[in-house]
Amino acid sequence: MGLKEKLHGIKEDFKGKKMAPAFNALHTFLYTPNETTHNGAHIRAVDDLKRTMNTVIMALIPVLIWGIFNAGYQHYAAVDAANGIVREASLFGNFFTWDNFTMGAITVLPLVIVSYGVGLLVEFIFAVIKGHEVEEGYLVTGMLVPLIVPVDIPLWMLAVAIVFGVVIGKEVFGGTGMNILNPALTIRAFLFFAYPTWMSGDKVWVHGAKEAVGTPDAISGETILGSYAQNSSVVYDFADKFFGFIPGSVGETSTFLILLGGLFLMFTKIASWRIILSAIVGAAVMGLIFNGVADAGWITESSKFYGLMSTPYWEHLIIGGIAFGIVYMATDPVSGSQTNTGKYWYGFLIGFFSIMIRVFNPAYPEGVFLAILLMNVFAPTIDHYVVQANVKKRMKRLKLKTA
Amino acid sequence: MALLSKKDRGLILDPLADNNPITIQVLGICSALAITAQLKASIVMALSVVFVLAVGNVVISLMRNIIPSKIRIIVQLVVVAALVIIVDQVLKAFAYELSKTLSVFVGLIITNCIIMGRFEAFALGNGPYRSFLDGIGNAAGYGLILIIVGFFRELLGSGTLLGFKVLGDPIAKTGLYAIGYENNGFMLLSPMALIVVGIIIWVQRSRNKELIEEN
Repeated sequence: MGLKEKLHGIKEDFKGKKMAPAFNALHTFLYTPNETTHNGAHIRAVDDLKRTMNTVIMALIPVLIWGIFNAGYQHYAAVDAANGIVREASLFGNFFTWDNFTMGAITVLPLVIVSYGVGLLVEFIFAVIKGHEVEEGYLVTGMLVPLIVPVDIPLWMLAVAIVFGVVIGKEVFGGTGMNILNPALTIRAFLFFAYPTWMSGDKVWVHGAKEAVGTPDAISGETILGSYAQNSSVVYDFADKFFGFIPGSVGETSTFLILLGGLFLMFTKIASWRIILSAIVGAAVMGLIFNGVADAGWITESSKFYGLMSTPYWEHLIIGGIAFGIVYMATDPVSGSQTNTGKYWYGFLIGFFSIMIRVFNPAYPEGVFLAILLMNVFAPTIDHYVVQANVKKRMKRLKLKTA
Repeated sequence: MALLSKKDRGLILDPLADNNPITIQVLGICSALAITAQLKASIVMALSVVFVLAVGNVVISLMRNIIPSKIRIIVQLVVVAALVIIVDQVLKAFAYELSKTLSVFVGLIITNCIIMGRFEAFALGNGPYRSFLDGIGNAAGYGLILIIVGFFRELLGSGTLLGFKVLGDPIAKTGLYAIGYENNGFMLLSPMALIVVGIIIWVQRSRNKELIEEN
């Protein structure tokens, strides 16, 4: 008897019992269920929720692998720097090495395991209590969460935040598809406000930096945004920033891989190209405005905003988490705008506010998650006005005809 | 409780649970979010509101037949304002530090919807004794939620209760802090108070399905 029959047997055994949703989920996770919709008109399409989720996860895998190597690389690079050795990043020379991989794996994989373990547990509990099927919504969230936190975040904090994010961010609204906020960003926001010492500063982005404070082995790992926010210079060149040899949250560093993932998602029509494009434009516009202000000499170099304001607008797009946020988080179809015109506005404002928060709020040198959460809240409002505008237009046409 | 008739007992007990001013009528949220970061402040606020609402209800109830209905809101405001000033002065005299923590929110008891609501809905139409019980009940229902929220916010946010370090010392790393526990800074921010109140509402309504509104 194959696995499929066994699972089917278990499913039949538990039919109508309390734990049924949990076992059904195991079955449908691995195999397509053979039940069909019973009534109403339906559209036949192959891209069900599970496939959508899996496509996003596929787009995230390269970022995750890069994140694992980079976690190791940054650790050893910081140790070298503390000993006075200057490192030149080279892809096959000192990046894709076994040492980097093992060091990265022991720091990053626990995050992934905790994320999926805790999140799916909460989902299963709610499915059993409410008696509905386990929803696939957590599959993507569970992959996003480890990618948007610093490597050294304590696992229990992550677990607490995930319980909060899944329950308050999603389940109270009725589960997958009903949430107004992106659950992964809710989790990050919770961590950020609850445990700020583990989510910002110059000691959390590189593995081992926090433990080594005050010892002779002390290492530092300031992010580029953090350096700019303090008006200090940055040692990384364009290639480092674009390809991702920089410290930061696990998955956000490599703009190049994120772009590839974004293109993949746009061609598979999972992510909306409207949101991605307009968000990039929005960020560039805000960046240009700030560049203009800095160039015009309205603020002096001693101003605490000068470092980030004078950062060239295109550089804002490749540092920090903005690329990751725009490609994987802003395009969340549930919490984003639904109408096409609305998507342009929604994306534009996300990019616009991300850079604004980034520049004006030195306490939070990364603004993209706050910008996306803010626009999540306003997405229904945007949609409302788009729909109303359309209604008005058509009413006018109707009047012309009848008059 | 032979002391109170069944109807009178309802006046005190209903607002504690099934007709709670905060979780059911959703009144008085503002102060519930603002001052519940510490349990001590919550308790003092609860006691202040018990005093103001109980005494105010009695006063309004005694005057209910002589207040012209056109200016009754103004009369009510004068009564609350007088009582709140008494509370404020007492706090300033005997608990100065605490009154600074509570800051404007003692003064803002005047605008607490629960108080005007009970004056309007109850004290204007009932005798002084029953108004007194109603005032105690509603203020206690308000205070109960305040104390629950304050308990969780202070415990999880600062690791203390009424100022005592119940979870150990975060700087000397004793107790829970020795194994890596840290205070949840989010608990000290007002949005978390809203979420805690929301969770209380959620728990209450899922235990008693009759409270769920149709829409």
